[in-house]
Amino acid sequence: MASSGLELLWVSLPQLGKGAAQTLSISILSIAISTVGGVLYGVLRTLNSKWLNAILRVYLELFRAIPVLVWLYLLFFGLPIFFGLSLPGFWCAVLVLSLWGASEVGEVVRGALHSLPRGQREAGLSIGLNGPQLYGYVLLPQALKRMTPPTLNVYTRIIKTSSLAVLIGVVDVIKVGQQIIERTYESVLIYGALFLFFFFICYPLSAASRVLERRWTHA
Amino acid sequence: MSALIEFKGFNKFFGEQQVLNGIDLQVNTGEVIVILGPSGCGKSTLLRCLNGLEVAHSGSLNFAGRELLDKGTDWREVRQQIGMVFQSYHLFPHMKVLDNLLLGPLKVQKRDRREARDQAEALLARVGLSDKRDAFPRQLSGGQQQRIAIVRSLCMNPQVMLFDEVTAALDPEMVKEVLEVIQGLAREGMTLLIVTHEMAFARAVADRIVFMDGGRIIEQNPPEIFFTNPQTARAQQFLEKFSYVAALPQTTQIKELEPL
Amino acid sequence: MTLDYAFILSTLPAFLKAVGVTLQVGFIAIGTSLLVALLNATILVFRTPYLQRCVGLYVELARNTPLLIQLFFVYFALPALGIKISGFAAAIITMTFLGGAYLTEVLRAGVDAVPLAQLESGRSIGLSHGQLLRYVILPQAGILSLPSLFANFIFLLKETTVVSAVAVPEILYTTKSYIALYYKTYEMLAVLTLICVLLFLPLSLLLSRLERRLQHGQFGS
Repeated sequence: MASSGLELLWVSLPQLGKGAAQTLSISILSIAISTVGGVLYGVLRTLNSKWLNAILRVYLELFRAIPVLVWLYLLFFGLPIFFGLSLPGFWCAVLVLSLWGASEVGEVVRGALHSLPRGQREAGLSIGLNGPQLYGYVLLPQALKRMTPPTLNVYTRIIKTSSLAVLIGVVDVIKVGQQIIERTYESVLIYGALFLFFFFICYPLSAASRVLERRWTHA
Repeated sequence: MSALIEFKGFNKFFGEQQVLNGIDLQVNTGEVIVILGPSGCGKSTLLRCLNGLEVAHSGSLNFAGRELLDKGTDWREVRQQIGMVFQSYHLFPHMKVLDNLLLGPLKVQKRDRREARDQAEALLARVGLSDKRDAFPRQLSGGQQQRIAIVRSLCMNPQVMLFDEVTAALDPEMVKEVLEVIQGLAREGMTLLIVTHEMAFARAVADRIVFMDGGRIIEQNPPEIFFTNPQTARAQQFLEKFSYVAALPQTTQIKELEPL
Repeated sequence: MTLDYAFILSTLPAFLKAVGVTLQVGFIAIGTSLLVALLNATILVFRTPYLQRCVGLYVELARNTPLLIQLFFVYFALPALGIKISGFAAAIITMTFLGGAYLTEVLRAGVDAVPLAQLESGRSIGLSHGQLLRYVILPQAGILSLPSLFANFIFLLKETTVVSAVAVPEILYTTKSYIALYYKTYEMLAVLTLICVLLFLPLSLLLSRLERRLQHGQFGS
C-alpha cells in the first residue's frame, strides 16, 4: 500500500511541482511586497503626522476587521462589478496577501521603532541628520533585530494563508492535489503530503524566528 | 556687538501649562552660561528650544542674526551650529565609537573622510579615549560614553554647545572627567549653555548664572554674586537646598572654589 | 450604483442565522481550544518529560500548516479511513486542533513569565500540584496572558470564514450561496463587508484598549 502511495507521489511530481510553484510564487511575491510596504507603513506611522496616522490606522483596522478570505472574495467578485476589471485569482491573492501582510509587518516595524529610546531620535537630529538619514543610519538598523523574529512569523502566516487561493480558483498545489484525488481517491496520501509540504516550508521559518529571538534578546 | 543668541519674550506651552514665560535672554559669543533652577522650571526646555527639539509658541529667538522662529528655518543647518549633549548620552549602540563620530561629518556635512577622521581622532585623543575608537558604546563606562558624546557633537564644528544635565546619570566618580572636558571647551572660548546641578562646577566655569523658576528667569548674575549674595528670595531658597552649612554670609567662601 | 435594498432586507434573516453559526462555531472552538491548551499548559508547567515533547510536536505541527489543509484532511481524508464527518464537526475538530496550539503557546508564555520562585514557595508551604496550579500559577499567568488570549479568540472567530470551504453555513458561505442563486453580487458583498466590520472591528478596538490598560498596570516587560 505504502509503495503505491509513494509511486503515485513520484509520478505526480511534475504536476504537483507546477502547483507548488504557483503557491510559492504567490507567497514569495506577497512576502516581498509586504516587507517593503510594511517598512514604509512602520516608518510613516512613527512620523508625527496626525492625518497620516489616521489614514494608516483605518487601513490597518480594515484588514483586521475583514478576514483575508473575505477580502479575497471581495476582490475576486467585486472588482469586475466595481471597476469592470477582472483580475485573475493569482493576482487577487497576491494583492490581498500583500496588503494584509504589509499591515502586519507594518505593525511589527512600528512597534520596533517605537520601542527604541526616544533619545536616539533626538541625538540623531542634534547632529543634523534629516528624516531619511535618521531612519536609515540610526533607527532602522537598531530596530532590525527587534523586527526580524516577529516578521518571520508574519511570513509564515502569509505562506499558510496563500492556501486560500485555491478557493478563488487558483490552480495551486492544493488544487492540483485535489485533481489527483479525483482520479485516484488517495485523499489521505495527498492531503497528508500537502500537510507536510507546508510544514517543511513553514517550520524552518518559525524555528529561525525563535532562535533569533533568543539570540537577539539580551536587551 | 549684538548677542550671538537672543531670546525675546519667548513663550512655550505644553498643552495648557506654560513652561516658558516671557524669557528674555542674551548670550554673547564666547560666554559660558549656566542655567540653574529647581526641577520643572523649564531650563531643559529652554535648551531644547535652541536646537529645535522643542517648538516655541511665541516670541523671538535670534541666532547669529537669524530669526529661528521663522517658518523657513532649516533646523538641520542650525543643529550643525548648535550642538547638544544629553543626560543619557545616546550614542548609537549599533556603531563603533569612530563611526558614531563620523556619521555627522560624513553624511550631513559631506566632508572629506580623511579630514573628518583626523579631527575625530584628535578630539578623541584630547579626551583621552584614543584607544576606544573601535569599541562599541556598550563596552564603555558612562563617563567614557558621555565624553564621546561630547566629541560627537564637537566633530560637527558647532559655534555653540548645549549641555543638558550631562552628569546627572553618571556615577559620582565619573562626573569630574566629563566636567573637565567642558571646562576645557570653556577655556578655549566656546559659547556654552549648561544646565546642571553641579554647583561647584557651575561656580567655576560660568561667566553668568541664569536662575529660573516656574518658567521665568528670576535672576541673572556672575557666579561670585549669585552664590554668595543671591538677590532674590527664591534664589536664596534654592541655594539653601545645596548647602549643608547654616545660611550665613560667608566671607571665606572663595577658598572653597575649584581652581580654574 | 444603486443597491437593491429590498433584496438586502429579504436576506437579513438568513444572514442573521449565518452570524449565529459563525458565533456558534467560533465560541465552541474557543472553548475546546482553551480546554486543550489548559491540558497542555499543565503538562508544560510540571515538565513531564515525554509528554512535554509531545505537546511541543503538536504545537509545531498545528501552527506551521494552513487551517484549510487541516480542514480538508479531516473532512475528505478521514472518510477514506471509514470515519464520516459532517462539515460542522470537521470545522470544530480542526479549529480546536489549531486553536489549541495557539492558546497553548499563549499560556506557555504566561506560565513562563511567572517566576520559578512562585512554584518553589508554593511547594514549600505544602500545596499540591492542583492547588499550586489553581491558586498560584494560573491566576498570575492568566492576567499576563489576557490580551494574547483575547487576540487569539478574535483570530479564531475570524478564521471561521475558512470553514465555508466545507459548506458550513456561516457568513461567507451564505454570501456565496446567495450570490450563486440570485446574482446580486454587489449587494451581498456589501452586506458581508458590513457584517464583518460590525462584528470584528469593535472586538479589535476592544483589544487595543485592553492592551493599553494592561501596559499601564504592568511593570517590567
